[in-house]
Amino acid sequence: MDVLDLARWQFGITTVYHFLMVPLTIGLSLLVAGMQTAWVRTGDRKYLAMTKFWGKLLLINFAMGVVTGIVQEFQFGMTWSAYSRFVGDVFGAPLAMEGLVAFFVESTFLGLWIFGWDRLPKKVHLACVWAFSLATIASAYFILAANSWMQHPVGVELVDGRARLTSIWAVLGNNTVLAAFPHTIFGAFAVAGTFLVGVAAWHLWRRSDDGPVWRASVKFGTWVGVVAFTGLAITGDVQGKLMFEQQPMKMAAAEALCHTESPASFSVFALGDVSRPDCENVKSVTVPALLSFLAHNDFTTEVKGIEDLVPMYQEKYGANYPVDPKLGELSGKPIDYVPNLPVTYWGFRLMIGFGAIAVGAGLLMLWLTRGGRVPRGRWFAWLALGSIATPFLANSFGWIFTEMGRQPFVVVPNPSGVDGVWMFTARAVSSSTPGEVLTSLIALTLVYGVLACVEVFLIRRYVRAGVAGVLPGPEPDDDKPDDGTKSDDVLTFAY
Amino acid sequence: METFWFCVIALLWLGYLFLEGFDFGVGMLLPVLGRSETERRVLINTIGPVWDGNEVWLLVAVGATFAAFPAWYAALLSSVYLPVTLFLLALIGRGVAFEYRGKVNSARWRRVWDVVIVAGSWTAALGVGLLLSATVFGMPLDAAGDRVGSPFAAIRLETLLGAVAVAGYALVHGAVFLSLKTEGEVRERARALALKIAPFALLPLLVLLLIVQLRFGSVWTWGASIVVAMAALGAYGRLLLRREGQAFALMGVVVAATVAALFGALYPDVLPSTLDPAWSLTVAGAASSPYTLTVITWVAAFGTPAVLVYQGWTYWVFRKRIGVKHIPEVHVP
Repeated sequence: MDVLDLARWQFGITTVYHFLMVPLTIGLSLLVAGMQTAWVRTGDRKYLAMTKFWGKLLLINFAMGVVTGIVQEFQFGMTWSAYSRFVGDVFGAPLAMEGLVAFFVESTFLGLWIFGWDRLPKKVHLACVWAFSLATIASAYFILAANSWMQHPVGVELVDGRARLTSIWAVLGNNTVLAAFPHTIFGAFAVAGTFLVGVAAWHLWRRSDDGPVWRASVKFGTWVGVVAFTGLAITGDVQGKLMFEQQPMKMAAAEALCHTESPASFSVFALGDVSRPDCENVKSVTVPALLSFLAHNDFTTEVKGIEDLVPMYQEKYGANYPVDPKLGELSGKPIDYVPNLPVTYWGFRLMIGFGAIAVGAGLLMLWLTRGGRVPRGRWFAWLALGSIATPFLANSFGWIFTEMGRQPFVVVPNPSGVDGVWMFTARAVSSSTPGEVLTSLIALTLVYGVLACVEVFLIRRYVRAGVAGVLPGPEPDDDKPDDGTKSDDVLTFAY
Repeated sequence: METFWFCVIALLWLGYLFLEGFDFGVGMLLPVLGRSETERRVLINTIGPVWDGNEVWLLVAVGATFAAFPAWYAALLSSVYLPVTLFLLALIGRGVAFEYRGKVNSARWRRVWDVVIVAGSWTAALGVGLLLSATVFGMPLDAAGDRVGSPFAAIRLETLLGAVAVAGYALVHGAVFLSLKTEGEVRERARALALKIAPFALLPLLVLLLIVQLRFGSVWTWGASIVVAMAALGAYGRLLLRREGQAFALMGVVVAATVAALFGALYPDVLPSTLDPAWSLTVAGAASSPYTLTVITWVAAFGTPAVLVYQGWTYWVFRKRIGVKHIPEVHVP
């Protein structure tokens, strides 16, 4: 493998991994803030128990999100130095903003929240978790603005062969990020809502103590899920229409649509080999005209197929890579404008599919637990715990689809303007040696693998322990002879 | 404008070295100063609420470099690739270790994470030193800003000295910090250790500064280097008199003057090429457009004061010294 492949694998592995932690953190933090607000307002111990229990799981998960995020900040410079030089004028700004405006707030106020129980006034302490939670959402905005710019560059011009920022508001107000941000945030809440329902339903099944805590959690998680999945469908539709305009090849690749169709039908699933851009040997189950609707809100619009798009791309962006020793094997070779079709086609379907399974499992659990009943069979435990994984998978496949679907570009050309600001992935990579990237790829993958086991082990442990694991029993009786100042001195919380 | 952002990045590094410097030190000294489990928990809890916020200074320093000097960011991280990888792994390890160590009540579990904290803190401190000194002394870069030669080009005598210098500083800074933030036996032990090791541990830093001055120095960076030496002596004296707060503040002067001397010697380069001075990345050549610099200046103008206020407030909230008697019993599943 050459540096390009290694660098792409590394970016893929570290980013997909990082994004397992991120949505749970974003979603759960706001829900925990809501729980704590309920506790502060009502004084009901049930809400305190919820805050502590879900808060602890949030912390276990957040730690991993932080440390894997550090790698992301460095990775562009390490393995994608040519990319960093080309886009630095535009791309660095949202990253710097994320650090200065959002990540500082997150880290500082989380520390205050963790250690501030009983040391800060109740309402100030509550404000800390809100600050933390809102900062995670702000964080997501800046990162998605940077990513959306790669999907659809705006607010720039080409000067001396590099992208130069002309309007930060165009970058922050890019319609691509305006669609991607709510979609991603709803995705985060889908994760958090399903997590609440799955874990709490499992506790109900186990007949654990603190039944009211679990019932309230199921209810809360359900509402969050309803809003999130509805939002996902709506924003996903908006994104699809933008993609049709901005990245027609990605749209065609999502459908493995080889020939232009008018009206175009939506493929539900396909049998056979979808990897060939001529679609020989593919039998696809389709819904007529639906793709036209997804692309353009009517049932007649023509959707361009891969075979017709390729010549258009070749004409606009060149048929061959330039002759340049830095491109290695690709130097002077024809440019393959077709993304990896099995990955984009199935990635798109698995994203929607796992999302749909999550909804189905959620509805099923709701019906099964109606009126306070809980099935006793072991299968219900599997259903509850298994459903937790589905939105994670949907998120991962969605990102894999989005990022693989824009290949061979790292910065996709904007079809309506911004001349010349686009970049092939093959040109973006550093001039590192394969050995270096292979070393870091192996080391990071191994460490991430071990840490994944540790995190799952810890989360499992704290989930099983339930409320008792995080909240010492009812207030200690004060009749006990007190040995003076001790209870006053001991920290309420310490590592 | 470019020079202003060069100074901002120097300031961000200063914030990082001052803040995470002591929490590296705490991690490095964990087995030395924490003789029992409770004592080790005392040490960890002195930085528990703040280490993550401290680390953000690094992320912002790197992010700001990306935004303000993309060519610097790209050349430095890609040319010092393997040491940076190791540094990142160390940061990952110690970060997770702080958070997970207390989550299971088992001596073996804690032992494992203690090892990660110590190894991670040492590696990370050495790594920062290596990265910074590679920046000051330069890398074998070609005209495009790409490294020529071996992946280990960053590992040279002078950069190893830089690594040891930062690690030595972190040791002393951590010990002084602990003498300020703990009480009882741990405090005495930290103070005694700081006094004992300071003359040796700070020596590499002074030698590093001397070499930098001889090679690249100007009159005012000589001044900064002298301030480093004076402040170090002052910190020592204050600590002898049990003025831990003042000693800690003087350690702040040490690191501030160090950063001033190093970045002052670097200017107007941001990353010299050791092959040909004409290929060195300069403040003017590596910078982003004036518009981008203006944008991030506005962000920094509003963001930075806020950060200083709420991080300062955190330190105020957790200002009390921590001793063995404050540590609660373990309550974990």
